[in-house]
Amino acid sequence: MRDAGWGRELTGTLVVAACAVGVLPMLVSTYTLTVLIIYGMLGLSLGLVWGFGGILCFGQAAFFGLGAYTYAIAAINFGESTVPMLLAVAVPAGFAAVLGAMLFYGRLTDVYLGVITLVVTLILHRFMNATAGSEYVIGNARLGGFNGIPGFQTLNVPGDPSAYVWGESFYYFSAVCLLLAYLLVSAVLRSSFGRIAVGIRENETRAALMGYDVPARKTVMFAAGAAIAGLAGALFANWAEIVTPRLFSLSQSADIIIWCIVGGLGTRIGPVLGAAGLSYLKFLLGQQDLLHNSVVSGAILVLFVLFLPGGIAPVLANAWRLVTRRRPRSRYRRPRGPRSSLASGDA
Amino acid sequence: MPETVLETQGLTMQFGGVLAVAQVDFRMDARELRCLIGPNGAGKSTFFKCITGLLPPTEGQIFMRGQETTRWPSHHVASLGVGTKTQVPSVMDGLSVFENIWLAARRFLPPRAATRKADETITRLALGPVARSSPGRLAHGERQHVELGMVMAGDPWLVLLDEPAAGMTGGDVERLTEIVEEFARTAAVVVVEHDMQFIRSIARTVTVFHRGAVLLEGHVDAVLADPAVRSVYLGQAA
Repeated sequence: MRDAGWGRELTGTLVVAACAVGVLPMLVSTYTLTVLIIYGMLGLSLGLVWGFGGILCFGQAAFFGLGAYTYAIAAINFGESTVPMLLAVAVPAGFAAVLGAMLFYGRLTDVYLGVITLVVTLILHRFMNATAGSEYVIGNARLGGFNGIPGFQTLNVPGDPSAYVWGESFYYFSAVCLLLAYLLVSAVLRSSFGRIAVGIRENETRAALMGYDVPARKTVMFAAGAAIAGLAGALFANWAEIVTPRLFSLSQSADIIIWCIVGGLGTRIGPVLGAAGLSYLKFLLGQQDLLHNSVVSGAILVLFVLFLPGGIAPVLANAWRLVTRRRPRSRYRRPRGPRSSLASGDA
Repeated sequence: MPETVLETQGLTMQFGGVLAVAQVDFRMDARELRCLIGPNGAGKSTFFKCITGLLPPTEGQIFMRGQETTRWPSHHVASLGVGTKTQVPSVMDGLSVFENIWLAARRFLPPRAATRKADETITRLALGPVARSSPGRLAHGERQHVELGMVMAGDPWLVLLDEPAAGMTGGDVERLTEIVEEFARTAAVVVVEHDMQFIRSIARTVTVFHRGAVLLEGHVDAVLADPAVRSVYLGQAA
């Protein structure tokens, strides 16, 4: 739907993103910023699946790691990066579609969903750790067990494997990827599909009684989130230039969930900000040894759950409204159409 | 002869050792208005859930407009044009009233037409003043109306209402009577109810459930005057 609100939002997003991408390198090195962007994208993926799809996935790290490994393995075999990038999106999405179909057609919900996605991540973690032997080879790529896969072809200009995209240009490339993913998520949420997904989050039985195929729609949502997480994984592989089983670790999975809660569940920008903010904090804490990082992120989580359960994003939105003196708009956009007898709810 | 829109043959639902619905043969015609009554635990709601696909029956068959729909998932049944209001109001609290009704209309219409349909439904149900608020903030009676709006927006030819008058005030019930009459002009309507006054005001044919089976079926006055029905309601074993 191309209405006026979408145009304004698009312009606003582009302006804010351009400013952030231009200004931040003056404060933080682009190398660090790149990984914050990548984590932001990973946060966005769970923000979509959990915040709007209502699917609590404890295993978003599985799709992230799968994307990274897919990229690394394909890059070694193909010797260039374009097809591996596409595969790194497609493989996690396909895996999630199969896993999601089993979960959602099996009518698993809530805690069972969390347990199974968590276990899948653990299995991948274990498996990847156990692939040190020389028999674990895919094409020319050795899986390498605990040590992971180093030395694969990193991102290059399509068609020219010797023209590497790295350093500053990789930073801009990642930023554009995040922006595109964000706009895609925004467009999906504005579409009927997105609004129905939110309806399913609110009440599955009612959605089914309206005639919507709930398991199919949840599976698609789950796969879409995995595709974004896979892209983040591929970017991460390019940034780190090595992939290891640590990508599938429990702490990685837990971090993503904390990012979403702290940033603001049910918002688009919240998980992105939560991911970038907390990861930067982790980076700063890593430079000292007085306080252990997990103590701090645990404390932050507890404080947010107790005092700011809605997360940062709603607070920022309210502050913005105060600054611009705009009256709060209804959270729920009414599509264009005749107003008829509808109350003018903006008053 | 009017078309049969809903028919069950030997419909049975067993939960472990409990026979909730036992061998029910039921049929109704297009644009018929039918009330299901019976004491608590008579199996009305279970019967209902079997029809809507929320529960798979243990035995027996269900036909809608001649098509067998036994054990269909509920979204398939709903997609045929069957609108259901559940016993406990089932609305989407995180969305606005407008969005709730828009989603119901969107299932059968493209976005713009769905918007028109939702506006129209909101006008018909006089929900205009609350269209932008969340159903979670509304009074119980209004929540029921929102759910009826969702049923209405799908333009169903078979409407299943499970205890629509439960917890409603006198004025709300009056409005509800009008809404049900309106449904009955275009659709076959099944109403499960306890409220006898409401039933008297809308019913023509009544089916009485007792212990999972159909005890009696007939015109409302005859049924309510029947000694067996009276004893069932007064709690004696007939």
